[in-house]
Amino acid sequence: MNMDLLVNLSYVAAAVLFIFGLKMLGSPATARKGNLVSAIGMLIAVVITLLHHSIIDYKWIAVGFILGGIVGAVVARSVAMTSMPEMVALFNGFGGIASLLVGWAALYGPGIGAFSLVTIVLSILIGGVTFTGSLVAYGKLSEKIPGRPLVFGGQRIFNIALIIGIVVFAVLFGLNPEVSLYLYIVIALSALLGIMLVIPIGGADMPVVISLLNSYSGLAACAAGFAINNIILIVAGALVGASGIILTQIMCKAMNRSLSNVLFSGFSAVSSGG
Amino acid sequence: MDIVFLAFILVLSIFLGFELINKVPATLHTPLMSGSNAISGITLVGALTSAGAEHTVLATVLGTLAVAMATINVIGGYMVTDRMLAMFKKKEGASK
Repeated sequence: MNMDLLVNLSYVAAAVLFIFGLKMLGSPATARKGNLVSAIGMLIAVVITLLHHSIIDYKWIAVGFILGGIVGAVVARSVAMTSMPEMVALFNGFGGIASLLVGWAALYGPGIGAFSLVTIVLSILIGGVTFTGSLVAYGKLSEKIPGRPLVFGGQRIFNIALIIGIVVFAVLFGLNPEVSLYLYIVIALSALLGIMLVIPIGGADMPVVISLLNSYSGLAACAAGFAINNIILIVAGALVGASGIILTQIMCKAMNRSLSNVLFSGFSAVSSGG
Repeated sequence: MDIVFLAFILVLSIFLGFELINKVPATLHTPLMSGSNAISGITLVGALTSAGAEHTVLATVLGTLAVAMATINVIGGYMVTDRMLAMFKKKEGASK
């Protein structure tokens, strides 16, 4: 019980550091310090979580840490300065798939009620969209795939059908959580939706899309937080989700584009041909 | 935990997130995006619980993968942001 209190108080401290960190990141004089402040918040949240009694086995955690740490550090150090935006997209994609996996794993945790099921499906859905959407954004910016907008006939109808499909199978899964097939279909369709949302957008608009996907990855973390009943995931996820939307809007304004234009580019048949 | 309580926290955090970001100079757009992207790696905390709680084998596998992916997001995100911001500082110093 005491440990729970300590963990939750540390989460409050971490949340405060995230808030100050974000605030400081918005001004040139304090930006670098702000990033450090937010990193300290992250360190506190991670270390204190490791001390929690629900964690019994550290072997696999260590494996994940070492793998992820090496890959993350090597990539972050070696990447050229000019390819920073696509790196952000790539890292963002990893965050998205992590939220998807956390939501999925929560299915096998204790106490799954109707509410948890809804939030689990949400974290899988948003996480999946974030993952593939970010990968496509990365591919476009790094010119691994064509950067121009890819539009085809019936794209709008296809996307609407896709969304209906996701809703149908999400509901089916919610009603029959023991049928894993429905879950796999939801995962596959979410992944497809992420691709469909980003391919019609041109290379020049990519930074705005990455910012939007960054907001999505925050929402995915937030949904995962509801799925596993973790306050710091909810708070930090919602902070990133909300500030990401605002930042997206600011970036749109700077580029003279409307947010809805970027958001629904796959739905309104804007074949700019560019 | 109480759903109403969690919903309260959610709503307040969203409002705070909206309020935090205003009048960001254009040069800071990418670093800010990158920095907040690193924060969204907070899902790592959730991944730790899944990987270490020994619920089922599948949950452990999913959790371990999630820890690896989220760690890439966190470590990579903070390091890349720092590199970007360090570059800004150098540029400013040079122009002075």
